[in-house]
Amino acid sequence: MAEPQPVSPRRGDAFWAGLALPGVAWLCLFFLLPFYVVLCIAFGSVDPLFLTPRPEWNPLAWSTASFEFTLERLFGGSFGRVFLRTFAYVAIATALSLLIAYPVAYYVARYGGRWKGLLLAGLIAPFFVSYLMRMLAWINLLQDDGWVNDVLLWVGILDAPRNWLDGRASSVILGLVYGYVPFMILPLYAFLDRIDRSQLEAARDLGASPFQAFRLVTLPLSVPAILASIVIIALPMFGDYYTTDLLSQSPTTSMIGNQIYLYILGGQQIPVGAALVVCLMLFLTLLLGYYVYATARAQRRLGS
Amino acid sequence: MTTRFRGWWANPWGKPRFLVLFTVLYLVWSIVPILVAIRFSFNEGRSRSTGQGWSLRWYTGDPELSVLHDPNLSSALSQSLKLAAIAVLVTVPLGVALAIGLTRWRGRGAGAARGMSLATLVTPEIVMGTALLLVFIHVLSFVELGTQAQAIGHITFSLAFVLIIVRARLLSIGPEYEEAARDLGASAWQAVRLALLPLLVPAIVASAIVVFAISMDDFVISHFLSSGTTTDTVPVRIYSTGRTAPTPALNALASLTLGVTILIAGIAFLLWRVVRARRGAGGSTLQELAELRPE
Repeated sequence: MAEPQPVSPRRGDAFWAGLALPGVAWLCLFFLLPFYVVLCIAFGSVDPLFLTPRPEWNPLAWSTASFEFTLERLFGGSFGRVFLRTFAYVAIATALSLLIAYPVAYYVARYGGRWKGLLLAGLIAPFFVSYLMRMLAWINLLQDDGWVNDVLLWVGILDAPRNWLDGRASSVILGLVYGYVPFMILPLYAFLDRIDRSQLEAARDLGASPFQAFRLVTLPLSVPAILASIVIIALPMFGDYYTTDLLSQSPTTSMIGNQIYLYILGGQQIPVGAALVVCLMLFLTLLLGYYVYATARAQRRLGS
Repeated sequence: MTTRFRGWWANPWGKPRFLVLFTVLYLVWSIVPILVAIRFSFNEGRSRSTGQGWSLRWYTGDPELSVLHDPNLSSALSQSLKLAAIAVLVTVPLGVALAIGLTRWRGRGAGAARGMSLATLVTPEIVMGTALLLVFIHVLSFVELGTQAQAIGHITFSLAFVLIIVRARLLSIGPEYEEAARDLGASAWQAVRLALLPLLVPAIVASAIVVFAISMDDFVISHFLSSGTTTDTVPVRIYSTGRTAPTPALNALASLTLGVTILIAGIAFLLWRVVRARRGAGGSTLQELAELRPE
């Protein structure tokens, strides 16, 4: 039998790097390269005859025409209005989601007791129902003769059935909250479940009321988790176009995702779509940067 | 009565009653619409908004419009399942190797490679869909739009989920097992195969469930990279006919897909429980799944 080789760290490294190689190569080919292509098309030109995009592969020869077109409309033009609307929808839907998600996650984590397994199953269940099916369910409920109108008429809130699916911001926001809130509850739950109970007991022993203990201990501790859960649902919401397409169908509730979809899949100005994608990515990178900063600040505060 | 109520309400040591009510209301609100959608799929009539008797008309009965007989609907379900199967079969091995490699590799590239993998998690799907569509049209034109392109998209965005799940497990295992195997004369590859992989089985099953579920759920990538009705998945079909569909057959398709998803995930979940029980690991499996959710 061969003598066991003394493992040199460098040789081991080559083996581990080799294991990672296929995955890394995959991501370079299907994640990094595609981003470069988006840039080359956003900074490229359009074939004057066929109106197809002509990517410019050399960054030194990039043309900014599509960007100027996009930025002009982003600051004060049609894209700007759509972007502000998107921001408002996402902000409202995220705030409502947090108001729903935090108490539910808090209750299940702190007081679930012997029902915890069942409650958790209820929280996880929406993950197995596709987002689009959940929107379909609301299309059924919000029809003119649907159950929502039935209930509102019966209670007496409405005198006549209301058309909920015809360009109402409230329906779109309801759809966003309904669609994304499960993604917020689970990370909050996972965090709140790990909070050290002895800190709460200490607060109670020192004379804090349950509410004070929550406000002075649990809430500050959960700031990083709250920020993370906001990022988790806000980022995909900024790229959403299907919720408003299904629950409103009206250009009056169109979001930035609808514009991208329109230019990339429907139109003849694909470079403008690519430029919009780049702008969206830049904006989201700024948001992520702020998130990293705010989390670091919250953690510093907890440390002191 | 009032005093009893006030005592009940103001008792500082009891459970917060308001939160009980709130949580129950949330669960009702989150689950009832799905049940209603499933109920309408069994309608005898054509309405998608009121109950009209019970039948299997929209599943199998109707000779033209039911899921069984409308080729657009049945092909959507098979396309969804096909993509999910490919995604699981490719992503899990690729992701497990990536996770082991990136966790143990101490070289300079490891951090950058990990950053790149995690960047896929924060990239909205519409951005990834656009990028993949453009790369398949302009550079990698040998990849056909449709099943090939959709499968590549699903694999790309689910890879990071496998990485996170397996990496969490790897960090809790520590390097001792493979080091012991190496000391006993195993090659690096044998150490991974014989010592590490068996310990990773729960994480591998968990990532297979997650990849399957997110592939079945995916809409944007499948939509952007579809080549036409034959490669539409169930969510794409719901999107394109959700507002105009004249019958509950779409509800039937969605309910059927949900049933199949739960069935397959349930089988994998039971398998996982068996594996865990045999290994004598404690803890609630549901709880672990909740905490494994990488988001």
